[in-house]
Amino acid sequence: MPLTHILALSVILFGLGAAGFIIRRNIITIFMCIELMLNAVNLAFIGFSRYLGNLDGQIYVFFVIVVAAAEAAVGLAIIIAIQRNRETLTIDEIDSMKM
Amino acid sequence: MAPLFYIFAAVAILAALSVVLQRTPVYSALSLIVVLCALAVVYLLLGAEFMAVVQVIVYAGAIMVLFVLVIMLLNARRESPVNRSQMARRLGVPLLAVFMAEILFAVWGHFSNAPIPAAEFHAGPAAVGEVLFRSYVLPFEVTSILILVAVLGAVVLAKKEI
Amino acid sequence: MATSSSPMLLVLMILLRVVIVLVVLLTTIAYAVWLERKVVAHIQSRWGPYLVGPHGLLQPVADALKFLFKEDILPREVDRVVYYLAPFIAFTMAFASIAVIPFGESITIRGETIPFEIANLNVGVLFILAVTSLGVYGIALAGWSSNSKFPLFGGLRSSAQMISYELSLGLAVVGVVLIAGTLSLREIVEQQRGLFNIVKQPLGFLLYFTAAIAETNRAPFDLPEAESELVGGFHTEYSSFKFAMFFMAEYANIVTVSCLATLLFFGGWLGPVFGPPLLRALLPLLWFSLKVFCFLFAYIWIRGTLPRFRYDQLMGFGWRVLFPLALGNVLVTSLVVAWQAS
Repeated sequence: MPLTHILALSVILFGLGAAGFIIRRNIITIFMCIELMLNAVNLAFIGFSRYLGNLDGQIYVFFVIVVAAAEAAVGLAIIIAIQRNRETLTIDEIDSMKM
Repeated sequence: MAPLFYIFAAVAILAALSVVLQRTPVYSALSLIVVLCALAVVYLLLGAEFMAVVQVIVYAGAIMVLFVLVIMLLNARRESPVNRSQMARRLGVPLLAVFMAEILFAVWGHFSNAPIPAAEFHAGPAAVGEVLFRSYVLPFEVTSILILVAVLGAVVLAKKEI
Repeated sequence: MATSSSPMLLVLMILLRVVIVLVVLLTTIAYAVWLERKVVAHIQSRWGPYLVGPHGLLQPVADALKFLFKEDILPREVDRVVYYLAPFIAFTMAFASIAVIPFGESITIRGETIPFEIANLNVGVLFILAVTSLGVYGIALAGWSSNSKFPLFGGLRSSAQMISYELSLGLAVVGVVLIAGTLSLREIVEQQRGLFNIVKQPLGFLLYFTAAIAETNRAPFDLPEAESELVGGFHTEYSSFKFAMFFMAEYANIVTVSCLATLLFFGGWLGPVFGPPLLRALLPLLWFSLKVFCFLFAYIWIRGTLPRFRYDQLMGFGWRVLFPLALGNVLVTSLVVAWQAS
């Protein structure tokens, strides 16, 4: 499979993730679209790693996965705190800093 | 090998569409798991065996479990349509599509269209471990501290009283 | 894998191995249920299944027929898609992990080498960990889709327990991998020809076995599905064949974990081999089966003997005792391996 096809898949997934990020109104779904974007980037890294015969791309993917895990943990904790305080998960209703 | 890539690429795209378009958060989460597993197979086809398995163990097997558990706990319901301004969607999504197409066309010409050489590409755990612990040992240690901070943050944020 | 044969023959050989392994696994699961009922019964000074066939040996057949013919109840408020998906996920993941387990030495017939496994991955250990991680979804989704209090709590508790003990399980396995220097199950067994890993990793074995019992939701860690606590836990709302799938998935997990324990710590199929070539090919299988049987018996024995942990005791044990011990084990093992290598 040519590198360009892998990059095309990566761009499509990234675009879908970004579109979901714009369209959706539930915080958790928006978070999942962010994860989709991260995965699209991971795919591009691995594609390049294979194309260049270099393992650095895979190390970057490793770190992206680790940081995504940390981010998911903290992000979901924040979402739980928001749900507890404002009783809603729709971003349209969480639009002011003061309650 | 190549037809497998296109099959799993199609699976990944369909599942990603499902993530974006489903109304129920649990279905979006399940579709995201399908995307992750399809991508893991694609990594395997690209020779990255260690990354494929790490993707399934960590991403699909731990991070998404976290997502599913939080969705279950918070009892996230289906989204209901609201009459707020749709400007962001109407304008944003087509512009996004244009932007993505532009990126794709920009990089398309730069790389040869020949299939990636199926030469010996050792990306097993031993090889990745070598590079990780020799050249990238400092970022590795820093990420371990990052995870510690994330754990502390998550525990503090999710507690009922501090 | 023989490289000189046609692709058709290759695919046929793989399919044949898959069918054989599946048949053997299903029979093992059925008779593991029988064994459990008998052993627990004798521990409790009663007979167990006795009437159906000699000593109740046809009881699994009767149970299977019962499950097939029972009324399939679909509660009204469940989330249909996920309700039907959950047992399917649990079942598939439980049976998928058997694909990388080697059962014996490869035999050579007429120049073709036939390995006694479905697939030999270089990351076999990681594959089993990955499939085990995905198996959590079956239980979490079953609890959620049932749309009812007891299953939800059972599902949440069970998935939290499984992901907590997965860590210690993985770390206990890391100890063995450090010694063997490879992630391929076949090579880990080959390296135990001189000395079984149980001698080199006693703490690792204890950690592995304890984490495995918790991972498969068995007593004494089976609070999430205990009848006296949460009605039925995550499978309360499931009936007939769907419940049978959960049941089979649980026993398949037990068999997989026992197979993994024998491969990692007890030398797999290694044992005295003698006699004519046919015997030489079958004896490793016999040793492997005997060792796995011992583990199954140990599982059932522990279930019949120990009382249940309370949920907070369970989680406290997993995070505050098992996890630090597993980390310590990895630390000491890596120090010893590094010192021996210098």
